[in-house]
Amino acid sequence: MTKEERMENLNRLSGTDVKKCMKCGKCSGRCPAFKDMDIKPHQFVSMLARGKVDELLECDAIWNCLSCMACVERCPRGVAPAAVVEAVRDTVVRMQGKNGIKAEEIPPIVDELIPQQLLVSAYRKYNK
Amino acid sequence: MQEVTENKEFTPNIVAFCCNWCSYAGADLAGSSRMTYPANVKIIRVPCSCRVNPTFILKAYQQGADGVIICGCHPGDCHYVTGNYYTRRRIALLFSMLNYMGIEKERTRLEWVSAAEGQKFSAVMNDFVKTITELGENKRLTDLRVKEGE
Amino acid sequence: MQRIGVFICWCGSNIAATVDVKRVAETIKSEPGVVFAENYQYMCSENGQQLIKQAIREHNLTGIVVGACSPRMHEVTFRKAAEEAGLNPYMVEIANIREHCSWIHKDMEEATEKAVILVRTAIAKVKLNAPLTAGESPVTKRALVIGGGIAGIQAALDIAEAGFKVDIVEKNATIGGRMAQLDKTFPTLDCSACILTPKMVDCAQHENIDILSYSEVEDVKGFVGNFHVKIRRKARYVDETKCTGCKLCMEKCPSKKGLNEFNMNLNTRTAIHIPFAQAIPNVAVIDSTQCLKFKTGKCGICQKFCEVGAIDFTQQDTFVERQYGAIVVATGFKPIALDNFNEFGYADNKDVITSLELERLMNAAGPTNGVLLRPSDGQHPHVVTFIQCVGSRDTSGCGKPYCSKICCMYTAKHAMMIREKYPDTEVHVFYIDVRTPGKNYDEFHRRAVEQYGVDYIKGMVGKVYNENGKLMVQGANLIDNEQVTIESDLVVLATAIEPEPSVRKVATLLTASIDTNNFLTESHAKLRPVESPTAGVYLAGVCQGPKDIPETVSQASACAAKVIGLLVKDKLKTNPCVAMPDEMMCNGCSQCANVCAYGAITYLDKEFRIGGGKTEIRRVASVNPAVCQGCGACTVTCPSGAMDLKGFSSKQIMSEVDAICKK
Repeated sequence: MTKEERMENLNRLSGTDVKKCMKCGKCSGRCPAFKDMDIKPHQFVSMLARGKVDELLECDAIWNCLSCMACVERCPRGVAPAAVVEAVRDTVVRMQGKNGIKAEEIPPIVDELIPQQLLVSAYRKYNK
Repeated sequence: MQEVTENKEFTPNIVAFCCNWCSYAGADLAGSSRMTYPANVKIIRVPCSCRVNPTFILKAYQQGADGVIICGCHPGDCHYVTGNYYTRRRIALLFSMLNYMGIEKERTRLEWVSAAEGQKFSAVMNDFVKTITELGENKRLTDLRVKEGE
Repeated sequence: MQRIGVFICWCGSNIAATVDVKRVAETIKSEPGVVFAENYQYMCSENGQQLIKQAIREHNLTGIVVGACSPRMHEVTFRKAAEEAGLNPYMVEIANIREHCSWIHKDMEEATEKAVILVRTAIAKVKLNAPLTAGESPVTKRALVIGGGIAGIQAALDIAEAGFKVDIVEKNATIGGRMAQLDKTFPTLDCSACILTPKMVDCAQHENIDILSYSEVEDVKGFVGNFHVKIRRKARYVDETKCTGCKLCMEKCPSKKGLNEFNMNLNTRTAIHIPFAQAIPNVAVIDSTQCLKFKTGKCGICQKFCEVGAIDFTQQDTFVERQYGAIVVATGFKPIALDNFNEFGYADNKDVITSLELERLMNAAGPTNGVLLRPSDGQHPHVVTFIQCVGSRDTSGCGKPYCSKICCMYTAKHAMMIREKYPDTEVHVFYIDVRTPGKNYDEFHRRAVEQYGVDYIKGMVGKVYNENGKLMVQGANLIDNEQVTIESDLVVLATAIEPEPSVRKVATLLTASIDTNNFLTESHAKLRPVESPTAGVYLAGVCQGPKDIPETVSQASACAAKVIGLLVKDKLKTNPCVAMPDEMMCNGCSQCANVCAYGAITYLDKEFRIGGGKTEIRRVASVNPAVCQGCGACTVTCPSGAMDLKGFSSKQIMSEVDAICKK
């Protein structure tokens, strides 16, 4: 996958429009796991917007995000930083290829509709 | 600017409805700035693009026009506040009717041209004439009744 | 039989260089209906106009076509010439053979051919023209100003100074509006009351101004120049003509627990009260929901003590009906409710306050006599944190999508004032962007940072919570990429502003258009910013969009200029190119009234003969020519084709189409 494709993929998976962000930082202001995240919630949005996909895929923050959705709840512009975190997490898990369920086994329709969080747990659960 | 090289066999006949406040003034500006566009375009002045009844457009096709273009103020800039929104909806409906009648969608066009956009007016007209020239003559809706003097 | 004259202008060489004007005139001569065709070097010149006038008289022309420059240029000139020669000015059509022909084409053959078609098209139209007369309507030389804030006051004073009568209708017991509540004003930090109250007094003393306080507009009929307005004068239970404003009743009133709206509910007031010391009119009002006399029937102490006998518990709402020529809407704003913003803890913590509340807390006439004290325990706060953009620029549905415009400046003002009065106080400001365009505005903001040491933090606050009696403000510092928590004593929310909710009713009554945020729409965003699309209705202040005091005052004065320009006229000439329904075809379906942006269409029940000596009553559309602007939206909407536009009738446009398409 090229960088553009990966970026496109993250945009699609997250289902959020990163261009809507007005850079107020309310997400990071509210995040309860802020100090444990090497990339902060607002950076997930701005880095995806700028196409810094590789840095996102290598970060540890995706494993520290609590998925509490506080950032989504508080965003004044209707952007969902947590959804970007999830999309990155999902992409990383799929790339690892160590899963009971394989990414290509998931029917596309399910891929679109099911919450990404659920998919990630499915990968983990069927990991043996 | 792109000049249209006219096909000698076919010169389209184009009716343009321009709103008095924006597009007609835009056409005036194109003129006073000497921005050329083909002579096939003839402008009818209307107070607002919302004065353009879809039947005028059908009538134009019936009378042998090859293309019709409606120009109005940009959305939000209408002199009469909401007129161009009505136009937009009406023309959207007209499109599906023309489609049903087999008249190519490209023959009818809705454009927003402000009084300051002489350049845009000329560019739009050049492009539209080019499109219509490529499409060729409109024969779908010609009036088949016997005409005066025939 | 129509007798059409055609006049082709050379415009020096502007037209003649690319269009063979003589050939155009020759060709046109043989058109049916054309009895005269001539070409001349400059039609618009004195001689050219003379030629037209002479031809009209000599050839008994019933209509003329001038092939010349754009009608936007000289249509008026030629109409005037025609009128002088005894022809109805609306029997003139212009074929634009300069801007739309000679100037854009190079080939003479092609341009001449097009010019002939354009002139033919104009002939086709003029044949169907009907003589039109511009109507006249009288102008009532009196203006109504709705809202008695600074916008309304300024507009009223300017109109009154020009010699016209003005009525201010204010829904509260006093004029003054929001500005009366403010402490200082940016960017000069002069005291708000000191500059506002003299203007209020001017209003009260001006012989041309009538203040109808505690009143609301109930109904509006009519149109530009002739508005008929019904005003409800709410019962204040105090005779306005007798009350001297001595305040004895306020001293004696036993019901002292009412929330003081003027002080943003930060303290209490008596049931009978004067909103504030400098109120205009300086007359008491009784809050009947609080007054013991109304609640229990026992009391009436104020009545006993009032030396002039002004108290009247039996007072009822009364109605005043007046005629106005113009209406200025200046209904103002209010801060939004913070119900959707639990993260800032406004409802749970007394020490989280809005900026307008802070204004009252800092005001010498406020609940703390101008000493900044925490509402919870009356202690002096040592750390004050401001949060900007609370509810502004919010597209998530909780707040308002627009920028409230004034918050950056008043927050800088508050921060500066606190630092100046209490140098031991730490002041933090969380901001998303600092927006300070305006004369001396950015300098003002920088002064807060550089001279007063206000700590500006780029980032938004995620939550405010109470920990051991301290307010913890947790937010992002985006520049340092960290999360900060500031232990504060007082938190001030720069709350978004919204139009006063009553504006919706006013807009409906006036048929003035209003946007999704309840702001009134101006006629043109750039070129007609103070006029409503409804003729005779003008907009001043925040009811049109967020703005600060200097802008509000400018807009109010601009409104006044427009109103004066209208009221000096004895009669209004109306545009005769208006919509006109064919009553025989109209079925009264109301479609046209729905699309009319001006409310020009009403319905009448009319009696029609249906043959056999019988009649029937049908509901038919009726267009008010003084209000109709002639856009034609209704003509296309009409399902039965009953509506038509004079001067641009369907038949005329159809014949133009025919003329262009004829091969």
